[in-house]
Amino acid sequence: MRFTLNGALAEVEAHPMKRLLDVLREDCGLTGTKEGCGEGECGACTVLVDDTLVVSCLVPFAQVEGADVRTIEGLGTDHALQRHFMNEAGAQCGICTPGMIMVASTLAPGATLDEIRVALAGNLCRCTGYEAIYRAIHRAHAEGGQ
Amino acid sequence: MPAVGTSVARKDGIGKATGTTKYADDLSFPGMLHGRTIRSAIPRGRVTNIRFDFDTAGFTIVDYRDIPAGGRNIVALIEEDQPFLVETEVRHVAEPIVLLAHENRETLLAANVVIEYEAQEPELDPEHSGIILKALAIDKGNIDAGFAAADVIVEGTYRTGHQEHVYIETNGVIADPENGGIAVHGSIQCPFYVDKALRSLLGKTAYIRVVQTETGGGFGGKEEYPSMIAGHATLLALKSGRPVKIIYDRTEDMIATTKRHPSIVRHRTGVKRDGTLVAMDIDIILDGGAYITLTPVVMSRGGIHAAGPYRCENTRIRGRAVFTNTPPNGAFRGFGAPQTLFAVEAHMERVAEALGMDPVAFREHNALVPGDTTATGQTLTADSSALEVLREAVRRSDFHRKRIDYKGTNRGIGLALFYHGAGFTGSGELRLASKAKLELTKTGVRILVSSTEIGQGTRTMHAQIVADAMGIPYEQVDVAQPDTQRVPDSGPTVASRTCMVVGRILQRCAEEMKEKLGALSPAEYFERYGGLEILKEHEPPGWIQWNDETCSGDAYATYAWGCDVAEVEIDRDTYEVRPIRITAVQEFGRPIHPGLARGQIEGGTAQGLGFALLEKVVMRDGGMANASLTNYTIPTTLDTPEMDVVMLENPYVDGPYGAKGLGELPIDGPAPAVINALLHLAIDVREIPATPEIILSACALR
Repeated sequence: MRFTLNGALAEVEAHPMKRLLDVLREDCGLTGTKEGCGEGECGACTVLVDDTLVVSCLVPFAQVEGADVRTIEGLGTDHALQRHFMNEAGAQCGICTPGMIMVASTLAPGATLDEIRVALAGNLCRCTGYEAIYRAIHRAHAEGGQ
Repeated sequence: MPAVGTSVARKDGIGKATGTTKYADDLSFPGMLHGRTIRSAIPRGRVTNIRFDFDTAGFTIVDYRDIPAGGRNIVALIEEDQPFLVETEVRHVAEPIVLLAHENRETLLAANVVIEYEAQEPELDPEHSGIILKALAIDKGNIDAGFAAADVIVEGTYRTGHQEHVYIETNGVIADPENGGIAVHGSIQCPFYVDKALRSLLGKTAYIRVVQTETGGGFGGKEEYPSMIAGHATLLALKSGRPVKIIYDRTEDMIATTKRHPSIVRHRTGVKRDGTLVAMDIDIILDGGAYITLTPVVMSRGGIHAAGPYRCENTRIRGRAVFTNTPPNGAFRGFGAPQTLFAVEAHMERVAEALGMDPVAFREHNALVPGDTTATGQTLTADSSALEVLREAVRRSDFHRKRIDYKGTNRGIGLALFYHGAGFTGSGELRLASKAKLELTKTGVRILVSSTEIGQGTRTMHAQIVADAMGIPYEQVDVAQPDTQRVPDSGPTVASRTCMVVGRILQRCAEEMKEKLGALSPAEYFERYGGLEILKEHEPPGWIQWNDETCSGDAYATYAWGCDVAEVEIDRDTYEVRPIRITAVQEFGRPIHPGLARGQIEGGTAQGLGFALLEKVVMRDGGMANASLTNYTIPTTLDTPEMDVVMLENPYVDGPYGAKGLGELPIDGPAPAVINALLHLAIDVREIPATPEIILSACALR
């Protein structure tokens, strides 16, 4: 089946009902997308499908045929959000971080704290109490990057 | 420029932010099988038959009889009562009985194992249980004389429930046959605990290597249970001759692994009209679950903290941790102290109310100050900050004004004063004899410790300490992956000891390394003379005197102090309580990395708010009935309030750069502060989590 993965064409043979999460991690070797609960509650497996945020543990592979899929690996290694998640200790144990950053990457620069809270409400973090995550996003926005 | 005291970039930050960091489930080994655990479905009984209702071709199947000769079916920890695999006796729901492995995960999950039992009546009520896993008694002064001198006596009973850790990465390990023995790679807080358990399983002379993979949160939940999983993966790997990965899904992780001990604490307090505490009689029950695991130590820490940060000359503390047919409870951030500190701080609020005293004035009158003695008879030193944290929190939150302003509204404000002993209790650190090592590299130095990075910042904070003690840039300090074949045993990563104790050993290693290098940089020395290693052992302060029998003396080398002020709002229609603001003032010596320290306080505070209001483990027939993140809810961005964090400094002379332990302190305060804010709303709740149902019944009683 063909789809676009982080900007490049991908062709993957996998069962159509296989979870997109497993296809990404096992068939595509992209382990940056994490599993936290397997039932769409924690948001650790969040990716973008055609610019829409989805929890990839609830998406069957068949649904991404021809779609544009973007994961944490698609943000590269020097995105403003990545730098500030590091500098502000927005990542502690780090397992929720890729999902958090994927959601944060869709926020408009200058998003208010309330808007950030609502956007991240589907992503659980057990380490930070979220405060450092807000600081990281604010700093990234202040830098002018998204 | 010194690294200590600045918020340098985390060593592991960019890997985590780019998704390149590898956790246990991100690793794959050639020829690897997937492993699965078949568990008991009843809380108590005997296994009478096991039937494999599937084609077993291609499966590796293990039961207790596969434990190699010379090994024992015992997860060695404090006591030797817990088996890796049930032989016949089942003591709790989700107890492991049979292990399966297969190369195809779907085939593995489809396999149906039928277990037949002869069920027995389980003991599920800790108040009824007659089997005591650990009893504790702490006495100071004369309790009868204390009550005789009291003007007022106030009684109260306080209850806390199970709490689930919900590290976002579930438990998981991979066991890989190596050197005729086994290498275990996994999500682990304490590699040498796993090593000890595997030595019990395989025999003392077996080759065992335990490697910590990047760990997605622990909070105590990966302190003891990884020994069990590592044993299971090892048995499957040894039988199949192939690497075996076991990753729990969320439901299995919640059903099978440890939780915070539920508690029932009864207080009877004698007090003078002027507010002076003269007698504190405290009775604690902890539900230990079906095996001893770490319960005796949880009981001990809980008991030692039970009288709170208060001066009282006549104190009697009695504790018992009891057996029930429920999955064993274990380590969870705070380790018994959040339960007993919840009780004492909720109770002190009610004592102040009974006297008609302002809660702040009452606490100021009784708070421990340097020179006072604790319930165990420890005389506090100058680095004790109860009054300082209390006054700063009251000032900062504008407590007294809001206390008046919120009257008659849906808002309440309450506070809690608390402290937390850092490091192992009493002579524990002496017995541990932790070691740390520093080795020279081509470009700087490398830290070798078994302390694990589980998110709290171990690597970064240790590297800062070493950098400054050597006078070299932070970037020149590297940290080795904890691997029991390579690093010395620095003791477990628990008890708020990784910075204060292990950091201090590293500081001493670094000072000696610097002396040996003389005027040369590490790189210059390495090039001229080759490698150099410094290994040192922890030297606890010489003044510590502790008696384990009487539970008296110097319980901890030092204490960290905190005061939380919680402001809450109640919805009068749904009885939901929402925290709207938390002021957290905490003194822990000195922050090595202010950003990470703040993260510990904010994260611990959020976890404490979950403990207070949201996180309810529903137990039904001895098992967790709501084992999913849909039904067990932890705080989200919309449940956590604005936090005002203040870090006060009061250096500890024997800590690295004055630092004390911090990891656990922040979870002690939020629950009592919230419950005291509810009392300000005239809602007298004495049980957490204070779900809408609990609050509704408290309102109905009024």
